[in-house]
Amino acid sequence: MAMLEVNDLKVYYGVICALKGISFHVNEGEIVSLIGANGAGKTTTMQSVIGLLPQKTGSIVFDGKDISKMPCHKIVKLGMTQVPEGRRIFQELTVYENLMMGAYTIKDQQKFKTDLDSIYERFPRLAERRSQIAGTLSGGEQQMLAMSRALMCHPKLLMLDEPSMGLSPLLVDQVFEIIKEINKDGTTVLLVEQNAGKSLAISHRAYVLETGKIVLSGTGKELAASEKVRKAYLGG
Amino acid sequence: MELIFSTLINGLSLGGIYAMIALGYTMVYGIAKLLNFAHGDIIMVGGYIIYVFLATNNPLLAVAMAVVGCVILGVCVEKVAYRPLRGASPLAVLITAIGVSNLLQSLAQIIFGSAPKMATVYDFGVVKLMGATIQISSLVTLGVAFAVMTALTLFVKYTRIGRAMIAVSEDRDAAQLMGINVNSIITITFAIGSALAALAGLFYLLKAPSVSSTLGSMPGIKAFTAAVIGGIGSIPGAMLGGILLGMVESISYKITAIAPYTDAIEFSILIIILLVRPTGFLGKKRREKV
Repeated sequence: MAMLEVNDLKVYYGVICALKGISFHVNEGEIVSLIGANGAGKTTTMQSVIGLLPQKTGSIVFDGKDISKMPCHKIVKLGMTQVPEGRRIFQELTVYENLMMGAYTIKDQQKFKTDLDSIYERFPRLAERRSQIAGTLSGGEQQMLAMSRALMCHPKLLMLDEPSMGLSPLLVDQVFEIIKEINKDGTTVLLVEQNAGKSLAISHRAYVLETGKIVLSGTGKELAASEKVRKAYLGG
Repeated sequence: MELIFSTLINGLSLGGIYAMIALGYTMVYGIAKLLNFAHGDIIMVGGYIIYVFLATNNPLLAVAMAVVGCVILGVCVEKVAYRPLRGASPLAVLITAIGVSNLLQSLAQIIFGSAPKMATVYDFGVVKLMGATIQISSLVTLGVAFAVMTALTLFVKYTRIGRAMIAVSEDRDAAQLMGINVNSIITITFAIGSALAALAGLFYLLKAPSVSSTLGSMPGIKAFTAAVIGGIGSIPGAMLGGILLGMVESISYKITAIAPYTDAIEFSILIIILLVRPTGFLGKKRREKV
């Protein structure tokens, strides 16, 4: 059974139709990516699934529950969260406080401490900088923090919006490695990326979005081999 | 020497009142991104509640009722007037706030008439300190104001809800992604601000025991000025701005030549700060990091 099932999702900004009825699904344990150019509707899709954009039609079912009318904070409690575009860490809080915010829905202090230790183990840089104000971190460190913060609430489904944006090539590789690891540890991943090549390489399946519509879908390998995708998104 | 000391105490106690009101403005602005111009009128409502319950001859009960009443009122105003406008243009919200302010003042006039009511909460008397005669009520005001500000600072820094407030004020969407219910955080913010306004109403009555429908207008505007001077949205900024404005007012009143221009001086400071440092003393400009 699909963990996330989106059916005929439409979103309007005023009179402008940003999503013209898209349908896709994410199975448990998968990495699924949505690729597409700027303005194709990738971020809109992510935000409406997580409940940050209430003006939408269509059905969104997560873990057997209809979440299309649910506010974001309730959806998060069901076990889905997002690393938003541009990371959006809390700049004025410390690294530790950011992670604490990530665990907002976790009431068990013992669990929080264990999770915190495992995050610090995975990202020693964050451990070194735990009491530093997050706004002073480098771009790469901020991305690690944003991903760690999202993991603190133990999502069943983690959505990542442009995690490689603005990072150096070395860091981009590292980010995709981490996404693979997170997935291996049992978290289902929905990934939005402009870096189509790298995201197709780690994805089980993918969808191509073009001006608010899904125009292609298939396994990561199939799409990476497809003529159309190569021309439009992989630079030949 | 006595003059300096008494001016200092008066300034700090007045500043403490301004700071408490300014906190209500600044927290609501920081978290809900709206200027609640009805905030000053909550002070007035608190004053009237104290007046009504003084009939029981129990000042503590009167104060407690004022705090409870103002919290309920503040939360209701948010739910009824501001929540339906979430996401609307800031101008619509501002006009609504002015409307709520007018409504509260008019209701007060309908219920209590336009003549001021006497409300003597408690006479603490005076004390001689360093040669100066000081109103004990000023010392109480000062003490309570500083205790409240310390408590609030600790609350915001060290509690789960406090940190959620910082998160919402910094980035509402990101806060929601943490599972924070933004609406309930906004409700809590209005409740805290209104409780502080009720206390401010009490301290005004300790200074001058009379309530009228415009009791909250001038303090409201002064405290808003203080919040902007300190940097709107910043909690330490509101405290700093409040104390600064209280000190300026208290000093200015003691100098005969400029005493009549005290209000003008305070608002001039606002204009100068806005020209020189539009974000206020402790306000921050957001910088995007890519």
